[in-house]
Amino acid sequence: MPDIVLYAAEVTLNGLMAGVLYALVALGFVLIFKASGIFNYAQGVLALFAALTLVGIQKGQVPFAHLLNAMTGKHYTNFPWEVPALVAILLAAGVMVVLAIIIEKLVLKHLVNQAPIILFMATIGMAYFLEGFGDVMWGSDIKTLDVGLPQGINETIDSVTYNMFGYGFFIDNLDIVAAVVAVLLVAALTVFSQYSKQGRALRAVADDHQAALSVGISLRFIWILVWSIAGFVALVAGIMWGSKSGVQFSLSLIALKALPVLMLGGFTSIPGAIVGGLIIGVGEKLFELLIGAPFLGGATENWFAYVLALVFLVFRPQGLFGEKIIERV
Amino acid sequence: MNDMSDGYVTADGRQIGGVIMEMKNITLRFGGVVAIKDISFDIRDGEIRAIIGPNGAGKSSMLNVISGFYIPTEGEVMFKGVKRGPMKPYQVARLGIARTFQNIALFDGMSVLDNIMTGRLTHMKSGLLAQAGWWWTGAAKEEDEHREKVEKIIDFLEIQNIRKTPVGRLPYGLKKRVELARALAAEPKLLLLDEPMAGMNVEEKEDMSRFILDVNDEFGTTIVLIEHDMGVVMDLSDRVVVMDYGKKIGDGTPDEVRNNQDVIDAYLGVAHD
Repeated sequence: MPDIVLYAAEVTLNGLMAGVLYALVALGFVLIFKASGIFNYAQGVLALFAALTLVGIQKGQVPFAHLLNAMTGKHYTNFPWEVPALVAILLAAGVMVVLAIIIEKLVLKHLVNQAPIILFMATIGMAYFLEGFGDVMWGSDIKTLDVGLPQGINETIDSVTYNMFGYGFFIDNLDIVAAVVAVLLVAALTVFSQYSKQGRALRAVADDHQAALSVGISLRFIWILVWSIAGFVALVAGIMWGSKSGVQFSLSLIALKALPVLMLGGFTSIPGAIVGGLIIGVGEKLFELLIGAPFLGGATENWFAYVLALVFLVFRPQGLFGEKIIERV
Repeated sequence: MNDMSDGYVTADGRQIGGVIMEMKNITLRFGGVVAIKDISFDIRDGEIRAIIGPNGAGKSSMLNVISGFYIPTEGEVMFKGVKRGPMKPYQVARLGIARTFQNIALFDGMSVLDNIMTGRLTHMKSGLLAQAGWWWTGAAKEEDEHREKVEKIIDFLEIQNIRKTPVGRLPYGLKKRVELARALAAEPKLLLLDEPMAGMNVEEKEDMSRFILDVNDEFGTTIVLIEHDMGVVMDLSDRVVVMDYGKKIGDGTPDEVRNNQDVIDAYLGVAHD
């Protein structure tokens, strides 16, 4: 087989894996958009905050250490313990639930029946607040996150492909784990929203507040539920990206990569987020390999996704899987 | 509390029970506007009670007071002999009061079946974790039981063939019927219908009238309805409250109301001298 085909195949596989990571972030957006029609600008920061909290808890950091030290003149940094990864993840998930309750109480509750743009502005505010709050709480230094996920090149795939084609594929173990986790997460969320009582209530709230109230759904409960789930998805995304490239401010910027994913997949479709992520992941890597690097001077990965999203906006504004807007006259 | 035995017998021979809801001197103001002015009436178990009146008479406001959506500025609402305090709309639903809306509030993106299933939410017991257990915790069995009840209602309202259709695709008359189905799925003690026949053609109106009568007959549901179409109201209801400019101008059986001079004046207009 010619080298370029093998190389393209490897790039495609890697693109799929990267796409899964984009999809994980996009998923958080879709959840909140589906349930409340809000585009949650804070989703990326939520992932950053979740990852920061996870590292903090795991390493036994004293929250607000800088603030405390400045006020008391002492030098607290860490508690004399470390928390096992699994326990730390559960605790971090708990923190995300508490955060959801606080967001509902302080922000959403006061904005019932407001135009989506108002809620969108509120999430921008939330994003900046959380960003600063995360820094104050856990410090702004770059942290390494290790919850025991396998790292490095997968040897099995390398050797198997080498024996088959005489060319070993380099696939990162972490990417494989991320792919498996994403698939499980999507399956669980789809089942939850389609078949459970709360899932049905969630879809109902997304559709019509007044009608939802009339059948006895508490908006408050549903919003806390949705933001908790979105917080949990953010935590998962934070773990994957954090393990890959360290927990730092730039983690919140991956939210920007989720935007074209959403435009492709549709803002309201959970499977759409996955497919959109995969298309962007594969598309940008293949484009770079086949067209970008040889003809356009490279670095096309930075903008390819957005251009693709623009093209989609022109021809299919609701995305691949978004709900077609039905309007009767 | 009123004696539950002090009912009456309707013209068509149905036994109506005691008072289940009593509105005592209800006044509702929005700023300087008085939407409802010192109105009292009761709703008895098993009857079809209509509220009629010209446009802007305050009928919908009244229905919203009954449903707990508005809290009256003055006066009391007694439900089953107990004074009802300020409540959240979802708490009202959990009390057993279901409603439909004048301008249809359905979940357009969901199927007919899912829409009606949301009506069962107040009866579903398994919580979030139990739902995750599904077969293990019996959540699946519970879902089946609710589904069975919903299927009965679907049969009852003759909407079997559109079970899986997204509601957004349905014509107006069917949407109204689905909304009624969703309200019925809650097995309400009190069913509030806000203009159930608004915008329907004659045939659809006849269907809807038949369903309302059947619901009352079959399930013994107490129904309060607001309607413009006088003919329909007189045929359907056991007792009628007539409102005009926020005041009650008549209350009684359709025949009594029909012969009430104030009511005739309000509807036909009268020369002021």
